[in-house]
Amino acid sequence: MRSPELLRHAWAVASKDLLVELRSRTAIVSVATFVVLVLMVFNFGRDQTAVSNVDLAPSILWVTFTFAAILALNRAFQIELENQALDGLLLAPIDRGSIYLGKLIANLIFVATIEVIGLPLIALFFNVRVLVAPLVMVIALATVGFVAVGTLFSAMTVRTRFAELLLPVLLLPFMILPLRWAALATGLLLAGRPLSEVQGWLNMLAVYDVVFVVLAILLFPATVNE
Amino acid sequence: MLRAEGLSHRFGAIRALDDVSFSVQPGQTLAVFGPNGAGKTTLLRVLAGLIQPQRGRADVVGGRRAIGWIGHQPQLYAQLTVRENLGFWASLYDVAPPAELIARLGLEAHVDRPVRALSRGLVQRVAIARALVHDPTVLLLDEPFTGLDRVAAEALSRLLGRHAAAGRASVLVTHNVEEGTGLATDVAFMRAGRFVHFAPRAGRGAAQVAEEYRNAIA
Repeated sequence: MRSPELLRHAWAVASKDLLVELRSRTAIVSVATFVVLVLMVFNFGRDQTAVSNVDLAPSILWVTFTFAAILALNRAFQIELENQALDGLLLAPIDRGSIYLGKLIANLIFVATIEVIGLPLIALFFNVRVLVAPLVMVIALATVGFVAVGTLFSAMTVRTRFAELLLPVLLLPFMILPLRWAALATGLLLAGRPLSEVQGWLNMLAVYDVVFVVLAILLFPATVNE
Repeated sequence: MLRAEGLSHRFGAIRALDDVSFSVQPGQTLAVFGPNGAGKTTLLRVLAGLIQPQRGRADVVGGRRAIGWIGHQPQLYAQLTVRENLGFWASLYDVAPPAELIARLGLEAHVDRPVRALSRGLVQRVAIARALVHDPTVLLLDEPFTGLDRVAAEALSRLLGRHAAAGRASVLVTHNVEEGTGLATDVAFMRAGRFVHFAPRAGRGAAQVAEEYRNAIA
C-alpha cells in the first residue's frame, strides 16, 4: 500500500479514537487523576533532607508517566471490542499497519496530554526546571518508544482474560532500557548539565524508537489474526 | 463471486469446519441453516478472512473491498454520532458517506444523535448502513434479523432483494429457517462443521425447508 493511503487511514483511526475519548473522557479523567495523586503522594511522602529534588525528580517523573501510559494503553484496543468494531477494522481494505499507526498516534497524543498535565506539577512540587528543550526531547523520544511497544502489546493482550495484568507484565521488560536511558538523561539535564552529555542517550532512544515502530508495524497484522 | 474449497478448522478439540466446499454465483443468496455450534459463524469469519482456515481456502472476487458484513454486533462506536460513525467507515473505504443509504434506511432524523442514544432497532439500521457504506458485491450476514424491529427487518429484506437483483451475492447464516428461506435462492444445512445438504431452494417454501432441515439435523 502507498504511504499517503497508509497515513490517511492511520489518521482516520487516530482521529476517531481521539473523538471517542473526547466524548467519553473516561480515560483522560482517570489517568490525569492518577498522575496528580501519585505526584502528591510522592511530594508529601518524601524526606526532603534525605534525597535532593534533582536526584529524586527523574525517578518520580518516569514512574508516574510509565504507569499513566500503561493505564492509557490498556484502553487503546478495548474500545474496538465494544460492538466488535475490531472486526470491521480488520475487514476494511486497508493496510493493517495503518490501524497500528493510527492507534500509536492517538496513544501518543493521549500520553503527551498526560505529560503536559504532569510536568508543571513536577516543576511545582520538586522545584526543578522541566520546560527546557533537551528535556522535552528526552521525554518525547522515550514516550514514542514505550508507547510504540505498548500499543503492539495492547493489541496482543486485548482478547485475553487478564489483559490489564498481561500488558504491564509483557511491556515492562521492553521498557527497562529506554526508561533507564531516559532517567539517566533526565537526571543530568535537571542537574544543569549540557546537552552534549546526554547526546548518547538521545541517540539510543531515537534508534530504539525507529526499530520498534518499524517492527511493530510489521508484526501488528500477525497479532490481530485469529 | 465466492468460492470455498475444503475448508477445515478446529478450535482445540472442537471441529468447527470439516471439509466445507461450495461456491456462490452472482445473483445467488445462500442461506445456511444450522443449530448453535454447527460452525456457521466460523464459516462466515473464514469467508471474510477474519480467520485463516487450517485447511482449504476461501476466495472472494474483489477481496476485502467486496465484502459487507452484518452480524450480531453493530460494529459502531457508541459515543460517536451516526454521521461520525458512517463517515469513519466510509473514510476507510475511500468513499463518500452514503446520503442515499441513510435516506433509504430512514435515518435522516437521527444522523446527529450519538449511537448510544438510539434504540436497538435504530442501531441495527445504522449497522446495516455501515455494512453497505462501500456498496459491497458480496454480503455476509450472521443472524442478521436478531434484534431487528419490524421496520429494520423489512428494510433489510428489501436491501437484500435489491442486492440480489443487481447480480450480487449473499451468504446468510441463521438457525431461524422461517426468516432465512424467503430471501434464499439456495439452501444449505450445517451440522458439526459439515454441509449435510446443499441445493437450490427451487420454489420450496419455509415450511417445507423447515421440515427437511429438521430431518437432516436430527
